[in-house]
Amino acid sequence: MRFIARRLGFYVIAGWFALTLNFLIPRALPGNAVESMMAKYPNLPPSAIAVLDKDFGVTCHAHLVDGLRQLSCSNGGQGSLLQQYFVYLGHMLHLNFGLSVDFYPTTVASTLHTTLPWTLGLVGTATILSFIIGTGLGILAGWRRGGRFDQAMPGFSFLQAMPYFFLAELLLLLLANTWHLFPASGGSTLGTTAGFNWPFINSVLDHSVLPAFTIIITSMAGWMLQMRNVMITTIGEDYVLAAQAKGLSTRRIMFTYAARNAILPNIAGFALAIGFVVAGAIVMEIVFSYPGVGYQVLAAVTSDDIPTMQGIFLAISFAVLLACLLADVVYVIADPRTRTRAAY
Amino acid sequence: MTPAMAEAADLVLVRAGRRGFVRNMPTKAKVGVGVLLLFVLLAIFGPLLATQNPSAATSIVENSRNIALAPTLHHLFGTDTFGRDVLSEWLFSLRGTVVLGLLTATIASILTVGVGVTAGFLGGIADEGLGLVMNIFIVLPALPLLIIVLTFLPNSGVVTIALVLALLGWSWGARVIRAQTLTLRGRDFVAAARENGERTWRLVVFEVLPNEVSLIAANFVGTFLYAVLTSVALAFLGVTPISTWTLGTMLYWAQNANAYIVGYWWMYVPPGIAVALLGTSLVLINFGLDELGNPRLRGSVGRKMLGGGRARGGAWRPTDATPVEILEPSA
Repeated sequence: MRFIARRLGFYVIAGWFALTLNFLIPRALPGNAVESMMAKYPNLPPSAIAVLDKDFGVTCHAHLVDGLRQLSCSNGGQGSLLQQYFVYLGHMLHLNFGLSVDFYPTTVASTLHTTLPWTLGLVGTATILSFIIGTGLGILAGWRRGGRFDQAMPGFSFLQAMPYFFLAELLLLLLANTWHLFPASGGSTLGTTAGFNWPFINSVLDHSVLPAFTIIITSMAGWMLQMRNVMITTIGEDYVLAAQAKGLSTRRIMFTYAARNAILPNIAGFALAIGFVVAGAIVMEIVFSYPGVGYQVLAAVTSDDIPTMQGIFLAISFAVLLACLLADVVYVIADPRTRTRAAY
Repeated sequence: MTPAMAEAADLVLVRAGRRGFVRNMPTKAKVGVGVLLLFVLLAIFGPLLATQNPSAATSIVENSRNIALAPTLHHLFGTDTFGRDVLSEWLFSLRGTVVLGLLTATIASILTVGVGVTAGFLGGIADEGLGLVMNIFIVLPALPLLIIVLTFLPNSGVVTIALVLALLGWSWGARVIRAQTLTLRGRDFVAAARENGERTWRLVVFEVLPNEVSLIAANFVGTFLYAVLTSVALAFLGVTPISTWTLGTMLYWAQNANAYIVGYWWMYVPPGIAVALLGTSLVLINFGLDELGNPRLRGSVGRKMLGGGRARGGAWRPTDATPVEILEPSA
């Protein structure tokens, strides 16, 4: 429990760091939401800009005066940076991420509410599946080291090194556009009503096959290689030898003795891997026009919708932190040593 | 690669000397290094072979005659929807991606080694503080953060992108280096050097660092791979400026031109394959470095192995379940 408490403390600090970073970056770098709006609608009257300033909480923006970029600031009762920071933290506590530039005056929170479940559902399921499949195949490859499957390992590294979206495009081209096995875009069929009814669930599953397959194929190799390497090292341990000498069944030695211990680094390495999976999934969603945050990111990037990007960053960060915390809980269950002494 | 493996790899490096190193390299690593070298050579000399500079303004009239041509002898990789020669784009993009990858890996390695060694060697509060920073950077999802930062920084050049990528990609390696430094710090040879009155920086540079070479190399290769894949994704999204040619920029244009749907395969196959091959070569090199440090990982049958392996014939290995299974029926 001390281990979990320690990790929990760490995630609180990491979450605070993400929040602070999200606060500081827009203030340290040029550009802001109102300027994006002004770029989108070039002929806004000053009164409208003033309203936008208030809505987005912007105090400075650049104007082109006689072709020169000039920065004009109005301290619209926003107070010092520290005061702004506490106001910001208060907003975040109430999940108030500000307004979206793309869908002004809709709030970022409500746009996230429609996109985030898609991404979390798809990426979450695909990650768990890829972990199970990858680790399982790694156990097999490591057990039969030098066997035919093991020798095919470098082939899997090709998948690991392939950009997600490139594989996604190829799958889309072959399975959706050429052979029409799966729908090419979207998250569900038009005309189905979202909710707990079979036509909707069926169409969601149908639409998620290709995106999930892409994530699983590309992220599986990482789990597999790691598992194989640790498995091979573990098999050389004396206790595996002893188990074999006792005449235990192969399956029992393989899973209960070797894989049971070899899986620990795989769980511990979860934090690093999940970052890659999420990054890949974001880009992959664009290819499949999947209605999740990845697709939203592209829209936000094209129109410089900074508040939306910030909201997505925070949402993804906290989802990742939560996933890592869950991995830690699994680690505590899997490794009894963490329960007796403070690790890390 | 675990610290113990890294140590073994360094031992192999020292024993083999410089000439024997190449000979002792696992086949996978040889293939990886070969492919990587090919890419580096292409990055250096490729643009000289290009028939046109994709960034230079070319005559619109001439290009308009060449829109989206399939590969011919004149245009080996065909032309894109702007009439530009894809082979030329590819050669320039290769340089862009390799330069970006190497630059990022170099900057990140400096950060990794600096922070990792400092935390591991000094210990105490410095270790706690730096360890916290490392762990935070590990769990922060890099891509969304990169998207925000790079959108805010319009017209960022290669150096800026490399800096931002490095800033978000140094942490995992630092954790591994820290762990290794921690074990080295307590060794007798470091203690002996310290008793001799060596200064701390000399202890680090001459006693600790040489024993971490393979770990640093593996980390460099890993960061290179991260930089290539992430920068390609960023360019594909259109976050990094399209004026700098990278393999991601080509994929961005392919997507933009609907090349996948219209069937202009020559627009996306060359950059896609190049990224996958470059990435695979890096993964293979790290495979090889792992095997160098842990001979048990070598899978191939009938090869000379450092540890006991199938090649030694009679040696009984736990992976070989047969002895147990044969004994049962006869007994």
